[in-house]
Amino acid sequence: MLVQFFQRTHDSLLLLGKSKEAEIKRINKELANIRSKFKGDKALDGYSKKKYVCKLLFIFLLGHDIDFGHMEAVNLLSSNRYTEKQIGYLFISVLVNSNSELIRLINNAIKNDLASRNPTFMGLALHCIASVGSREMAEAFAGEIPKVLVAGDTMDSVKQSAALCLLRLYRTSPDLVPMGDWTSRVVHLLNDQHLGVVTAATSLITTLAQKNPEEFKTSVSLAVSRLSRIVTSASTDLQDYTYYFVPAPWLSVKLLRLLQCYPPPEDPAVRGRLTECLETILNKAQEPPKSKKVQHSNAKNAVLFEAISLIIHHDSEPNLLVRACNQLGQFLQHRETNLRYLALESMCTLASSEFSHEAVKTHIETVINALKTERDVSVRQRAVDLLYAMCDRSNAPQIVAEMLSYLETADYSIREEIVLKVAILAEKYAVDYTWYVDTILNLIRIAGDYVSEEVWYRVIQIVINRDDVQGYAAKTVFEALQAPACHENLVKVGGYILGEFGNLIAGDPRSSPLIQFNLLHSKFHLCSVPTRALLLSTYIKFVNLFPEVKPTIQDVLRSDSQLRNADVELQQRAVEYLRLSTVASTDILATVLEEMPPFPERESSILAKLKKKKGPSTVTDLEDTKRERSVDVNGGPEPAPASTSAMSTPSPSADLLGLGAAPPAPAGPPPSSGGGGLLVDVFSDSASVVAPLAPGSEDNFARFVCKNNGVLFENQLLQIGLKSEFRQNLGRMFIFYGNKTSTQFLNFTPTLICSDDLQPNLNLQTKPVDPTVEGGAQVQQVVNIECVSDFTEAPVLNIQFRYGGTFQNVSVQLPITLNKFFQPTEMASQDFFQRWKQLSNPQQEVQNIFKAKHPMDTEVTKAKIIGFGSALLEEVDPNPANFVGAGIIHTKTTQIGCLLRLEPNLQAQMYRLTLRTSKEAVSQRLCELLSAQF
Amino acid sequence: SEDTQQQIIRETFHLVSKRDENVCNFLEGGLLIGGSDNKLIYRHYATLYFVFCVDSSESELGILDLIQVFVETLDKCFENVCELDLIFHVDKVHNILAEMVMGGMVLETNMNEIVTQIDAQNKLEKSETFIFQSPRQDR
Repeated sequence: MLVQFFQRTHDSLLLLGKSKEAEIKRINKELANIRSKFKGDKALDGYSKKKYVCKLLFIFLLGHDIDFGHMEAVNLLSSNRYTEKQIGYLFISVLVNSNSELIRLINNAIKNDLASRNPTFMGLALHCIASVGSREMAEAFAGEIPKVLVAGDTMDSVKQSAALCLLRLYRTSPDLVPMGDWTSRVVHLLNDQHLGVVTAATSLITTLAQKNPEEFKTSVSLAVSRLSRIVTSASTDLQDYTYYFVPAPWLSVKLLRLLQCYPPPEDPAVRGRLTECLETILNKAQEPPKSKKVQHSNAKNAVLFEAISLIIHHDSEPNLLVRACNQLGQFLQHRETNLRYLALESMCTLASSEFSHEAVKTHIETVINALKTERDVSVRQRAVDLLYAMCDRSNAPQIVAEMLSYLETADYSIREEIVLKVAILAEKYAVDYTWYVDTILNLIRIAGDYVSEEVWYRVIQIVINRDDVQGYAAKTVFEALQAPACHENLVKVGGYILGEFGNLIAGDPRSSPLIQFNLLHSKFHLCSVPTRALLLSTYIKFVNLFPEVKPTIQDVLRSDSQLRNADVELQQRAVEYLRLSTVASTDILATVLEEMPPFPERESSILAKLKKKKGPSTVTDLEDTKRERSVDVNGGPEPAPASTSAMSTPSPSADLLGLGAAPPAPAGPPPSSGGGGLLVDVFSDSASVVAPLAPGSEDNFARFVCKNNGVLFENQLLQIGLKSEFRQNLGRMFIFYGNKTSTQFLNFTPTLICSDDLQPNLNLQTKPVDPTVEGGAQVQQVVNIECVSDFTEAPVLNIQFRYGGTFQNVSVQLPITLNKFFQPTEMASQDFFQRWKQLSNPQQEVQNIFKAKHPMDTEVTKAKIIGFGSALLEEVDPNPANFVGAGIIHTKTTQIGCLLRLEPNLQAQMYRLTLRTSKEAVSQRLCELLSAQF
Repeated sequence: SEDTQQQIIRETFHLVSKRDENVCNFLEGGLLIGGSDNKLIYRHYATLYFVFCVDSSESELGILDLIQVFVETLDKCFENVCELDLIFHVDKVHNILAEMVMGGMVLETNMNEIVTQIDAQNKLEKSETFIFQSPRQDR
């Protein structure tokens, strides 16, 4: 789409008044005058209305707000005078936005004009529709305009407007433009006598054909023959449509664009004719210019570039491709900056064609030179893109080196993109990973501020996954850290790598453990909180790697600036690490702090970031084709630490990591894991979880034993609600995650964790939720539950996400308990006691005597027993104060009959609860669960 | 909204006016003009900049030609166009532009065709003024 801005210069602004203030004063006076005229008793004649509406428009174009006059403008639409109508439409097109209530009135006026058969009025109406282009307009006119377009008696100028008007409506509301008989007649407009009509029709068909290729397939041969007639015509044949000796350049460009919607024509005759056309266009580029005017070369080259685009799009004629590449090569050194720019841009797409990739590579020196010498950032940017596109294993070291040296002086606006590109190329084409490590460290040195998290996560993943480079990496970061001022990103990478692999260089007395530690710690106080947190993790890793520095590190952890740090995260890490280093045995330390496991190989997240930065249309295709050609080198690990959590549902990442549910979450300094995470084995006796259970979660858990719906967890950021239903051995739970803040949660990852003991007995199936939770929004996750066999533990729900800059990690027990699979059983007193006696084996009975925690209310107790799932049997126990219940626990493998008896002692405020089932573990668990309820 | 529109105009002017001669006439799209699919394409004539914002469905050089056609047409219609013509006849400038660009799409590129249309409109205008109204000073 094309939007036009009419740019006034400052000089002209001052013509109105001596200063901005004077201008505003004068305009306010004029606005007041117009307002009083519109409001006055005397009805204005059309001329005055037109005059004032015109003035308002002018004032608006000077940059002032206009909030009245719309109704007068709409009135002008129904005038029969061209000048009044025209000003009315102009005002409406410029000033009425698509939501206006006036639309209905306007639509009426437009309908009348469309039906007027007066080409001038029809033109004005079509212009207005196209300018406003709203959905309401499409609803009102999308059915009408195709008729105007293909009617035999429509004037050429109206046809042109109608075609573009329809195109505009199709762009805003494609669903409202009906395909139909008219489409074939539109295609035949390509044969129209009037080249203006053909141009407009070609624009329309190009857009329609992108979504409905079959419907417009016949346009290919028509477009080729039209193009052929233009290309072979003498410059005088097309008279008015010849522009500076170039026949119909605009139409040629449009036709070449249309052909880019389709593969090369199948019909050999059509294909031959098209090839001829393209060759002719390439030949003409070599002819001496017919005029020295820049307009001549512009028009000629516009057609030429479009022809080259089509050749690249077809990617099927090696001969044409090589010629195209040579032509672009000439332009790379042209004195016109515009041509150099466009040549770099086109070559970028050419580089991904397998026929011409080698040919493009021959221009590498020219492109590098452009990067160094071009004065225009737009052109340099194109040069960077092209270098990136032409890079392969053979020239990667050269290109990466050139990009790095350019980075030192590059414009700030494009630095981040260059950093991403260098990082990707270095990884993709690294044969020698020491080169890769050097390159990334150089990147951080030169443009540390522009190195995003993805980039430094990535280098760490690669080092962790490739043991051949770990020693070199440790040595290199150690050396880089010697610099008096180094970028914080280098401290992060250095801290992480030394924490993992510092031992590999500790044999050298120049990098002994203590020296490594002192070096890192000398940077500590200059760093931000997240980096300090990371360094603390490095220190605790050092405790494991180098027992000899343990006292030094403990001293640091013990200092007030750590233990009493104002930042909770730092304080927590210091406290926990200190404790860990004190209480844990060497074995436990070694397990908890063992080297990070390799990351699963995935698509590079840097690549994803680059794609996101560039927008889907520009880079994706190229990247995809490139990726196909180099699958082997492009796979790489994924950074997200969240992906290392164990899932109870089948998940490739969990399998790759070899993490069932039992081992602790990978220890070590994951850049953004809560400090508590890796300490859980030492400090918590609950099942292994990623974060310690949230405080209060036990209480909440107990409340869900006898009910299925409610709020499970709530803090300042997040609320978790539950809704569940169970039937026999199956259940379904809806988990609702509510974002209580106004900020997005990112990387939102809830994970269900079943311990080793639990996993065979309880099946949980769920789908991942959207990783982004908008502020104030709620997302829902459904968990399908199957009880395979009786079980004791509860699954844990771990939620990790980023809020603002901080990492959040919450764990709660999910209240899926054995009693949920109860089916109540009614039975008479006699039956009950008969069964009761049958279950008299001592292992089958479990009894618990306990003090009441809640007031002993009979009705509440009854409700709880029913909520627990068993039937409440009235008039069964001889003592009416006692409660008895019966039911069957359904599991996939068996059914277990359960009887229970609850005897309250009001005086002592005590209960005695007795459970009898056929299985000891079940009796035990049910008794535990129910006892906690009273 | 009107505010963003004015902001776009201001920033575009700022971007374009500080560029040297001899650099290219294309500017990469920033967020201001709706992302990387869009480009600013401009030409500089004396004290005026003509700036078009286009998406990737338009040919860059083609748009440069279109600007030239626009300026040549202005020159024909106003007979030796100057800045003051554009300021005091905004409506006419819009009419001319409307004959070339419609709803953001290129309608007509043939200068003679455009001039013919404009002449026809002027005739209509004159006849209406002549029939219904005696000319008045109204500015």
